[in-house]
Amino acid sequence: MSSAELVGPRSGQRVTSPVVRYRGAFWRLYREEVVLILRRRRNQALLLVLALVPLIIGIAVKLSSPRGGDGPQFIGQVTGNGLFLVFTALTVALPLFLPLVIGVVSGDCIAGEAGIGTLRYLLTLPVTRTRCLLSKTLAVATFTAIAVLTVSLVGLLAGAGLFGLHSVTLLSGDTVSLADGLLRTALVAGYVTVALFGLAAAGVLVSTLTENAIAAMAATVGIAVLSALLDAVPQLSGIHPILLTDHWLGFGELLRSSVSAPDLLRWTGLHLAYAAIFLSLAYSRFSTKDVTS
Amino acid sequence: MTTDAAARTDPPAVSAAPAYAVRSTGLTRRFGAQLAVDGLDLEVPRGSVYGFLGPNGSGKTTTIRMLLGLLRPHSGRIELLGRSMPHELADVLPLVGAMIEGPAFQPYLSGQSNLRRLDRSDATADPASSAERIEAALARVGLSAAAGKKFRNYSLGMKQRLGIAAALLRPRELLVLDEPTNGLDPQGTREVRHLIRSLAEDGITILVSSHLLAEIEQIASHVGIMSGGRLLRQGSLAEVLSAGTAVVRVTTPDLVEAAALLAGLELPEVGVDAETSSVTARLGSLAPEQIAVTLVNAGVRLRGLGVERPHLEELFVSITGEGFDVLR
Repeated sequence: MSSAELVGPRSGQRVTSPVVRYRGAFWRLYREEVVLILRRRRNQALLLVLALVPLIIGIAVKLSSPRGGDGPQFIGQVTGNGLFLVFTALTVALPLFLPLVIGVVSGDCIAGEAGIGTLRYLLTLPVTRTRCLLSKTLAVATFTAIAVLTVSLVGLLAGAGLFGLHSVTLLSGDTVSLADGLLRTALVAGYVTVALFGLAAAGVLVSTLTENAIAAMAATVGIAVLSALLDAVPQLSGIHPILLTDHWLGFGELLRSSVSAPDLLRWTGLHLAYAAIFLSLAYSRFSTKDVTS
Repeated sequence: MTTDAAARTDPPAVSAAPAYAVRSTGLTRRFGAQLAVDGLDLEVPRGSVYGFLGPNGSGKTTTIRMLLGLLRPHSGRIELLGRSMPHELADVLPLVGAMIEGPAFQPYLSGQSNLRRLDRSDATADPASSAERIEAALARVGLSAAAGKKFRNYSLGMKQRLGIAAALLRPRELLVLDEPTNGLDPQGTREVRHLIRSLAEDGITILVSSHLLAEIEQIASHVGIMSGGRLLRQGSLAEVLSAGTAVVRVTTPDLVEAAALLAGLELPEVGVDAETSSVTARLGSLAPEQIAVTLVNAGVRLRGLGVERPHLEELFVSITGEGFDVLR
């Protein structure tokens, strides 16, 4: 209970103490945001659901007799090569599970703190508005990568365990070495992560607009669903190429012998452009936002 | 109480420090058509304990939020510790500890983890001394034993204490405490009062809003009273209280004579209270001893003569009005 130490010098010596910024401050702030996301039970449960996707597919394929034709992309090749379990799992998780998980965490990032009132304490520490938004955005991006990695790594391990890993027969018919196949798998995971950044940024934007975290999460998932719906209407084919979700499954390009680099770069550019637009809007909103919660 | 408070009126001897820890000029904020805060000129002297009073909805919290850069004023200027807000927010807020509208923490983290999170997020807090300062802050509010308990499982009083601990995580020059004793039991209230006193003795300026007027009267050196978005009174506690009407009460068996003499001294509102056998009048600027001399010289048998100053509560009600009605 030594008060003097805690609150500074006695009044006689009190002078306006200079404010010192310690090295690595932004890194600590970012790390706290990531830890906050990862320590939360709900988010751990979401990652568990993502891990179950490749496991369930792998076990189902293992237990059933081989049949051709139906099912998600790549599922036919899984029995021949466990590596394809990664691509099958990503194909299955992309329309719903991944957007759901990204939507929950990104929609929660600011609205959640506003809702329970902790945002006002963070901002009066102070964490400046710019640093606050930036650290949270980077933490959401990190979580997006962790989510995609969870599907990919569990898929890879389960695939290896259940079916073994072999040299890869590409969609074009050529066969490449396992090392080449693993490199392509890493690129696929990277592409999917960047593709989801657009949605994650939309979630951050929505999160700055409300104090109701559930509404922000639902709205973010809604954006992904709406985009997928529009993408499924043939009469709207004119706008399909610029839809948020249109090129999410474009990672198949990476499994051809002659990868169309311009296409992949263009799509990646589109995803990053979406992220940039949403984040600029989020910044202009958050930097002037009245915090009344 | 007032003498005690008056001793604290003088700001500590600080070289080149501004005289006011908080100063606003013409601070105004609207919500829609409603003027929540209307032309506020707040002056909180350095080293003072400033009791910020007002009924619910009078604009206290809106004012505090503007002071701390959470809300944008529509007009007016704010200086915190001599620096302009919100432009110099990053330089001044590290010196300001705040509790705004009750404590708020991550429910599923422990009290200690919550403080750790705040401290690590603060670019100006020394990471090397973090654990030590967190321990000291928890000890200071009596939460050491419950440090590892989840915030969700804290009682209202414990939550309130954790809020104060967060404000005390590092050396501060100004503390802004919005209803710090809300939800505390009488012991807790007393402890917070002691805490505020000891912090004030360290030279920290404290802006404390409260509904507990008796509390404020015991700890505040200065008060400001808000109602309907306007600051109706402001100054040292003694000044503000003396603006209220002091009453002289003469206890005597000679009621009629005494009443006549008081009227003769041109004291207003002379009244006779037969039940207590006393005569009262508003004091005005006349010295009470003058009254005593006059009465005794005229042969009035004095049993007692006293000056009754209104308590803060009476003054508060006389300024802000009676009743539970929300003004707007």
